[in-house]
Amino acid sequence: MPNLGKYADAVLSAYAVTLTLLAAIVLLSLWRSRRVRAELQKLEERHKSDG
Amino acid sequence: MSRASIWEYANPRTFITTTDKVLPPIAWAAAACLIVGLVWGFFFTPDDFRQGSTVKIIYLHVPAAMMAINAWLMMLVASIIWVVRRHHVSALAARAAAPVGVVMTLITLFTGAIWGEPMWGTWWAWDPRLTSFLILFLFYLGYVALWSAIENDETAADLTSILCLVGSVFALLSRYAVNFWNQGLHQGASLSLDKEENVADVFYFPLLVCIAGFVLLFLALVLMRTRTEIRARRIRAIMARERHA
Repeated sequence: MPNLGKYADAVLSAYAVTLTLLAAIVLLSLWRSRRVRAELQKLEERHKSDG
Repeated sequence: MSRASIWEYANPRTFITTTDKVLPPIAWAAAACLIVGLVWGFFFTPDDFRQGSTVKIIYLHVPAAMMAINAWLMMLVASIIWVVRRHHVSALAARAAAPVGVVMTLITLFTGAIWGEPMWGTWWAWDPRLTSFLILFLFYLGYVALWSAIENDETAADLTSILCLVGSVFALLSRYAVNFWNQGLHQGASLSLDKEENVADVFYFPLLVCIAGFVLLFLALVLMRTRTEIRARRIRAIMARERHA
């Protein structure tokens, strides 16, 4: 860990906020992608079985 | 690539088939650049003689600010394609990019405030660049809200395209405010094609890697989210057909 001196709080909080926000958008995008894909697959299978 | 072939990607099926192949390498390249750039910048660069260790915030603040502005410009291009050629994929790509732009703008505002407090003695000032960035953030929120508020996809795409056009003024102001009004706390560009304006090499190279990471991450997220929007639109179409059957 580098010695951040008197600005340690500022630097660490900037990294914490950024990494949290980036992780949130990546995880939300992945979660919604999987949910929508599964929903579409279910709908299309239902359509096929209905003829 | 011929000019005609670009429009093949306006076909949702072609878009999904193509992005099936290109998305994984882009996502992995984004992860690699971000890890290398941030680790390099955080652990292996010295403190600045004036700013101390706060200079390490540059690896987050500058790439996020660049992407916040460029995401809006990408949305503008996609919106113009929608208005002119009525390709649904371009409207959905603009919709997909907006939440990523919101996050980039939030990161810029947060890291800017955290950096500003020890350097300027204040978290916030009504400086031209900061103010135009805040307005850009509000435009992003309005854009996302407008897409969610309108049920008809075509009407939503039309109205958000107009909003995007108006918001572009603030996206450009965010970039050039320092040059237009020679006042305020925020300094000029940290990077430019003019080598004299660039930061020292020891900070410059890890910063370039971080910028590449943010660009690739944005691209990966927009491609993934556009695929989701295409599928969500298909679900809405199937359900509308079921309701009318």
